[in-house]
Amino acid sequence: MPNRLLTEYLYPNRHPKMREIVSIKDVTKVYKGGHQALTDVSLDIHEGEIFALLGPNGAGKTTLISAICGLISPSKGSVLVGGFDVVNDYRKSRSLIGLVPQEITLEPFEKVYNTVSFSRGLFGLGSNPELIERILTQLSLWDKKSAKIMELSGGMKRRVLIAKALSHEPQVLFLDEPTAGVDVELRKDMWQLVRELRENGVTIILTTHYIEEAEAIADRIGIINGGKLILAENKESLMGRLGRKQMRIELKSKITKIPDHLTKYGLTPSNEHSALIYTYDTTGERTGITSLLNDLNKSGIQIADIQTSQSSLEEIFVDLVEAGK
Amino acid sequence: MNLQAVKAIYIFEMSRTFRTLLQSIVSPVISTSLYFVVFGAAIGSRIQEVEGVSYGSFIVPGLIMLTVLTQSVSNGAFGIYFPKFIGTIYELNTAPISFLEIVLGYVGAAATKSFVIGLIILGTATFFVDLQIEHPVWMLMFLILTCISFSLLGFIIGILAENFEQLQLVPLLVITPLVFLGGSFYSVSMLPPFWQTITFFNPVVYLISGFRWSFFGLADVGVGYSLLAIFLFLFACLAVTGWIFSTGYKIKE
Repeated sequence: MPNRLLTEYLYPNRHPKMREIVSIKDVTKVYKGGHQALTDVSLDIHEGEIFALLGPNGAGKTTLISAICGLISPSKGSVLVGGFDVVNDYRKSRSLIGLVPQEITLEPFEKVYNTVSFSRGLFGLGSNPELIERILTQLSLWDKKSAKIMELSGGMKRRVLIAKALSHEPQVLFLDEPTAGVDVELRKDMWQLVRELRENGVTIILTTHYIEEAEAIADRIGIINGGKLILAENKESLMGRLGRKQMRIELKSKITKIPDHLTKYGLTPSNEHSALIYTYDTTGERTGITSLLNDLNKSGIQIADIQTSQSSLEEIFVDLVEAGK
Repeated sequence: MNLQAVKAIYIFEMSRTFRTLLQSIVSPVISTSLYFVVFGAAIGSRIQEVEGVSYGSFIVPGLIMLTVLTQSVSNGAFGIYFPKFIGTIYELNTAPISFLEIVLGYVGAAATKSFVIGLIILGTATFFVDLQIEHPVWMLMFLILTCISFSLLGFIIGILAENFEQLQLVPLLVITPLVFLGGSFYSVSMLPPFWQTITFFNPVVYLISGFRWSFFGLADVGVGYSLLAIFLFLFACLAVTGWIFSTGYKIKE
């Protein structure tokens, strides 16, 4: 699959151990009508990672990707891909990038094989039938190579878009909402494909508004809303927050003061003082639930009921988005 | 220079022609044959000759120009408008290619198509009338320059057009009248003096006149003016294309 060494070969002077494959600095985009789609976005994408850009519709995800890929020019700020400026050095930067757009945009009367090899030609590369056969085979499209685009199903068309983006062996692959409107089965296949591509050394940047998608495949997650990047964080540390659970312990009688020997649990009384709320980390080695229940028992506090609830990434996301408004 | 990309666009566009062979090649041939039947046979039987050339032969250069001009404009316009319309233009905007390479690929393919159609019509004409070409090299040069400059005009229209209606507007409302009134079917000298003066403001007159000169050695205007006119037109189109390139107008934000 995509040849990692290709860019080393094409650009021997490029720094070989560069960690940031995409470097976005203070990018602002104001559209002609005055709509400010991006505000001072700075972000580094590391080589070889899967980065998920998460945000509600209209948050600026596609605008950010468009600014990197050359579809729009940023009003302010700079974007480097592989160390090359996307405006001044666009030939070199774009050679490294493959883009799979959100909308299915394909010429309906063209054949699958021709449209994929056309994409390779556009990127200045000579024909390479073996590579195109490998890409089409990997995407389960080889037996459709002579079919017209209009004869394909929606899922197949999306895979043709991916094949086109891979045809010039990019180092960075942008997937704009790759699983929007795709059924569960295909979505799983898509995730598997994304993982395989990463194993082949391709850096993947995808946008999504499905939180579970980001959870399932991303190494790092960026949250964007209202044109501002709210955070960019490792999935694990974000999952740490996701992993926080709350246990609500309903008491038989109201409690006015939490006994001293229970302070170590950081309990908070509920508004009506009829329950205690314990927050714990499921990813930690010990949740502390057993000892808490033992200590409560020792104190003679009688328990009426216990409920647990989990703060999901969705809640974190919603909180962050709400806070940003 | 990303020549590979120019080649890719050129081949992709030409393959569209072969896919729509009937529409691209056969229909201009049929409509030209109809012109020969109507103008050559029906009207030509009442007009003996124009300036020493039989009427049927006289209209051949004008007929070729009529088709080549409309085909160049519509091919050039459609070639770039279609990717804009269906959204595949994103690929051009994200590929490591310059605007010049895009123009070369699309205009090259559009011009090639209309050049081939021009030659096919010339071939068709020989079935209807006796033809001799006095200056074949000049004839080819006029034809090639016309194909390129009008495909470039089409490209500009395709870039500027926002819908299919606008795409059709210029060929329909501008090109066709200019060609019909540009001496395709008559010699300008057959007009009353007032209309002769008006006609000389029509740029197509110079094209048809120069092209006809390459066939029969006779012209409404000096062949130098014809050459000047076509080069001026070509440079005007290049200038507008260059301006679109420098502003990114209608292609990207």
